[in-house]
Amino acid sequence: MSGASGPALRIEGLHKSFGRTPVLRGIDLTLAQHEVVCLIGASGSGKSTLLRCVNLLEPIDAGRIVVAGEEITAPGVNVNRIRRSIGIVFQAFNLFPHMSVLDNVTLAPRKVLGLAPREAAARAVALLERFGLADKQGEFPDRLSGGQQQRVAIVRALAMDPELLLLDEVTSALDPELVAEVLAVIRELARGGMTMLIATHEMGFARDIANRVCFLDGGQILEEGPPEQMFRSPRAERTQRFLQRVMEAGRL
Amino acid sequence: MSGLANPLGDPLDPRGFVGPARSGGRTGALRSTAIAFGSTILLFGFLGWVAVNSSGWPLVQHSFLNGQLLVDSLPDIAAAFWVNIQLFMIAEVLTLVLALVIAVLRSIPGPVFFPFRLMATAYADIFRALPGVLIIYILGFGIPGLNIDGVPTDPFFYAVIALTLIYSAYVSEVYRAGIESVHPSQVAAARSLGLSQWQALRYVVLPQAIRRVIPPLLNDFIGLQKDTVLVSYIGVVEIFRQSQITEAAHFNFTPYLATAAVFLVMTIPLARLTDWLIVRDRRRAAAGAR
Repeated sequence: MSGASGPALRIEGLHKSFGRTPVLRGIDLTLAQHEVVCLIGASGSGKSTLLRCVNLLEPIDAGRIVVAGEEITAPGVNVNRIRRSIGIVFQAFNLFPHMSVLDNVTLAPRKVLGLAPREAAARAVALLERFGLADKQGEFPDRLSGGQQQRVAIVRALAMDPELLLLDEVTSALDPELVAEVLAVIRELARGGMTMLIATHEMGFARDIANRVCFLDGGQILEEGPPEQMFRSPRAERTQRFLQRVMEAGRL
Repeated sequence: MSGLANPLGDPLDPRGFVGPARSGGRTGALRSTAIAFGSTILLFGFLGWVAVNSSGWPLVQHSFLNGQLLVDSLPDIAAAFWVNIQLFMIAEVLTLVLALVIAVLRSIPGPVFFPFRLMATAYADIFRALPGVLIIYILGFGIPGLNIDGVPTDPFFYAVIALTLIYSAYVSEVYRAGIESVHPSQVAAARSLGLSQWQALRYVVLPQAIRRVIPPLLNDFIGLQKDTVLVSYIGVVEIFRQSQITEAAHFNFTPYLATAAVFLVMTIPLARLTDWLIVRDRRRAAAGAR
């Protein structure tokens, strides 16, 4: 972990289009160390794209992204090295189906960090134990429930010891009764001081866990603030309408 | 599943295992097995009786089914078949490697690798477009004919090279289909963990891709095994050439029938295995909760 006292993540003037369709139109966002920021907004508002840009999975058109003091969008940066310190967890888990849980978790530590298999396994088992998955280490992903798969995916990201964790609607593909176990894991990470940028539709969860909530609309951060203010008295009309719709759907 | 289904699947039932479970329980299944058995024997018995009792049968029997000649020619034919076995064993191993290299070259993104992609694409296009015999001829007669020092003259060598080049073009396409069938999110997950492009391919994409293409790959190998007879054109004495030699000595086609029998015995089990793998994969895909 770096001892840098600056922000964990700074995004400045980020623009991104797919073809002629603008998806992100000037995003400015800063995360302090140990801060948890939730991105809310309708589908297509750019939440997932923003996270993928931060992980350099999508090239950006304009702006810059600075992680722990280093500009990761500068030309010539080694993306493999940058990604080591930024974990991302996807909506659809994206576990490797041909590998056991243990191999899923140890692959990157072995191949990227060069850990000895035994050491990588020991660290993986410790993490799996911490998240109640110790008995699943020999299983293949298709033998696990969605909630278990997503917890394994989180453990897989944590095994790289990231300084920043990006969560992309990690409960959206889960059956309702499995959502809680995954959210519990994220809460535990927040208590442990993990810096997280979370795209989510779980408004109650966002209200509980976030230091700050950002409402994305049309590729811009329309409004941001502490969760009490964002959910009780949003200022922008579009934020109010979005939260109104969410409330009518019984999700808040 | 129905009690009738054997582990290889019902070979004559195009639906394989996917059909509706047969009703009627154990005795019902036994009964339908007996009926199928009986009607099969009846039909084939009748057809055989018609053939044997037709006016041309003695001629056919003499020219194609000469028992004594079959026994006499079998040792030579079996020995010659060893050449085919060596041919396809070596060519299959080389094909597995070369085709994978071609497929990987075609799958690497980025402008720097354009010439490699171009080369691999051109290779696959050209060798799939040309008749196999033509390639075997050009390599087997053309290259040794140059009389360049140090260039091998053994036709077996050119036979292996030609078969490998022809089949690598097909198999590279099979591999490529497998590589492209792995969802991009798998690559995204691998890259997000810090794995390089090559590591993502090596540890995440290829293992999944190869598993998926084993059945079509075996199909291509069935083709390769049969096509080993084509190298008889450049003077390799393999099973087909040997049966020609025996046929010419006796003016009798029985050796060809013996050769045909050898290929049937070798190829049909492989075809059955392939079908079984396909059915198994389909069942797994249906059962897998991914």
